[in-house]
Amino acid sequence: MKENTQILIELLQKMKRIRAVEETIASRYSEWKMRCPTHLCSGQEAVAAAVGQVLRKDDFAVSSHRAHGHYLAKGGDLNRMIAEIYGKSDGCSSGKGGSMHLIDTSVGFMGSTAIVGGTIPVGVGLALSIKLKKTNQVSCVFFGDGSIEEGVFYESVNFAVLKNLPVLFICENNFYSVYSPLKVRQPENRAIYKMVSGIGCRSEHGDGNNVVDVYDKVNTAVVSIRDGGGPMFFEFKTYRWREHCGHNFDNDLGYRTQEEYLSWKEKDPISAMESYMFKEKYITQNEIDEMQSEIQKEIEKAFEFAEKSPFPNLESALTDIYA
Amino acid sequence: MANKITYAKAINEAMVQAMEMDKSVICYGLGVDDPKGIFGTTLGLKEKFGPERVFDMPTAENAMTGVAIGASLNGIRPVMTHQRLDFFLLAMDQLVNNAAKWHYMFGGKLSIPITIRLLVGRGWGQGPTHSQSFQSWFAHIPGLKVVMPATAADAKGLLLSSIFDNNPVIFIEHRWLHNLVGEVPEGDFRIPIGKAHKLKTGDDITIISLSYMTIEALRAVELLGKQGISCDLIDLRSIAPIDWNMVMSSVKKTGKLLALDTGFGSFSVASEIIARVSMECFSSLKQAPVRIALPDCPTPTSPALAKNYYKRAEDIVNTTRKMLGFSVLPHEESDINRNVPMDIPDKTFTGPF
Repeated sequence: MKENTQILIELLQKMKRIRAVEETIASRYSEWKMRCPTHLCSGQEAVAAAVGQVLRKDDFAVSSHRAHGHYLAKGGDLNRMIAEIYGKSDGCSSGKGGSMHLIDTSVGFMGSTAIVGGTIPVGVGLALSIKLKKTNQVSCVFFGDGSIEEGVFYESVNFAVLKNLPVLFICENNFYSVYSPLKVRQPENRAIYKMVSGIGCRSEHGDGNNVVDVYDKVNTAVVSIRDGGGPMFFEFKTYRWREHCGHNFDNDLGYRTQEEYLSWKEKDPISAMESYMFKEKYITQNEIDEMQSEIQKEIEKAFEFAEKSPFPNLESALTDIYA
Repeated sequence: MANKITYAKAINEAMVQAMEMDKSVICYGLGVDDPKGIFGTTLGLKEKFGPERVFDMPTAENAMTGVAIGASLNGIRPVMTHQRLDFFLLAMDQLVNNAAKWHYMFGGKLSIPITIRLLVGRGWGQGPTHSQSFQSWFAHIPGLKVVMPATAADAKGLLLSSIFDNNPVIFIEHRWLHNLVGEVPEGDFRIPIGKAHKLKTGDDITIISLSYMTIEALRAVELLGKQGISCDLIDLRSIAPIDWNMVMSSVKKTGKLLALDTGFGSFSVASEIIARVSMECFSSLKQAPVRIALPDCPTPTSPALAKNYYKRAEDIVNTTRKMLGFSVLPHEESDINRNVPMDIPDKTFTGPF
């Protein structure tokens, strides 16, 4: 892939766009106009961007509470996402879901929810429907390391393997479930991907901050999944920069060290990609600046769209209970 | 045309009908294709429709509910079956947090057309974890529909309506109903969800019933009729939504309410009926409403302990008589079920349980 400049540029653009959205939310969150729990993914952009780049528009994806990056990388509408966080009627979930419940069926993003592991079987069910309808779509499930501790994860992987379903399991291991580190939740010598391999699911791992590596691995896997190869599980290690929920940094709490945080910040997937592309002359500084400015303009417009969108009518709180 | 068939066969007929009409209907659950076919309700489906549409499943109630949800998001209509309702409690997360919410929390963009068949056990020592009737739990959750057919015709008609409804529907079957025979129309026969059925018309009292308690109520009302007491007997059929119009208009006529339930008394469907009638029809009531439900304790297994646990026609007869100011009948006159042991539905019942 390294020779395909267009893909490299798109990967960089996707990551920078996600980062800029998250950081704009962070900088404006204290205006208290975005009144819902919001889980930012700054620092974790590479996996979302790479997987989003590999998947087709008609492939399915589901995600969990930290879904902004996955939604945007899959092609979800930015205006509608920001409006949703504002609780406005033009939001992708009409103001009823908020940041944790995003959907854009026009690009196959079938929903994200807030209960840990909750969408894993839903993604597997989408894969079952693909098999029944005999198309060559793929169903992608994004989740974190905490989901590995939920029973529903094992139940879902077992069924996906049993039925050889076209599922791409993407585990972003960022080492924390809220403030609980991995070491209080899982035995220290465990490699998640190896354990999953024990269930009979093809399984691999990679550097979740290296967007090219993630892209190459997932791209190969998705070709094989489309070809009837069955489910594939990936564990990508990455790191959440900001607090679990909200717009601040939380290293002062003491649940993680400043050193740990800084060491991961040095592995910033975007800076690494930029330097690499710059060095290899895939992109110029001017092009990077222009990319950043385009992104910023789009985001400004999305926030204007959200601000201008009306709040839903009070009566609509009682609609959409039944289809 | 109508045939006289059992409740179990009526469910089987509805499944065949639905799967013939719509290729997107699939059916799975532990044992759906085993030799017993969920008490006969799924027999022959795999042979007729193939293993892709009819299959056994891992013992994974929660994930398999989520799988149904995911499949339904792409146009599949899954019917999932559990041999006992109690096992389905493992799936409350997927049911409550996903199935019931999806349509609402995504602003009506998608819906979840799934049907969950749950069997309630009773008798023969089914005990604490094989006999629970949790319809009020499900009905408590906005976004779910809950139906509890009592007759063979309703079983077929409501199952077809459930499968083709665009919402998640909890379809609760009582094990003691499976062998009951009734006239069931052939073909695509549907009973609308949300409509109750007035089985008997009378002026003295309103009896609201559901599921198997309707059968006991029918026996009781017949005996009461012979004693000159006439009852409005309403079989709810749908627990969510409830046919409040029929309930309220009957209470306005009789002024007296007896609510029956197959579940524990506290926080039950019967409780909700009494609450709503008291709030909206208080001036029509001539006396305090009464409920007959299970005691608030786990179901005991030993026949000695279970002796008075389940309520039968005799309890309905005597409660009704007391409410209307009559004396309690001697046991030999009021116990309609006296020739049948308390732990089987009728003498023809030979299991399996």
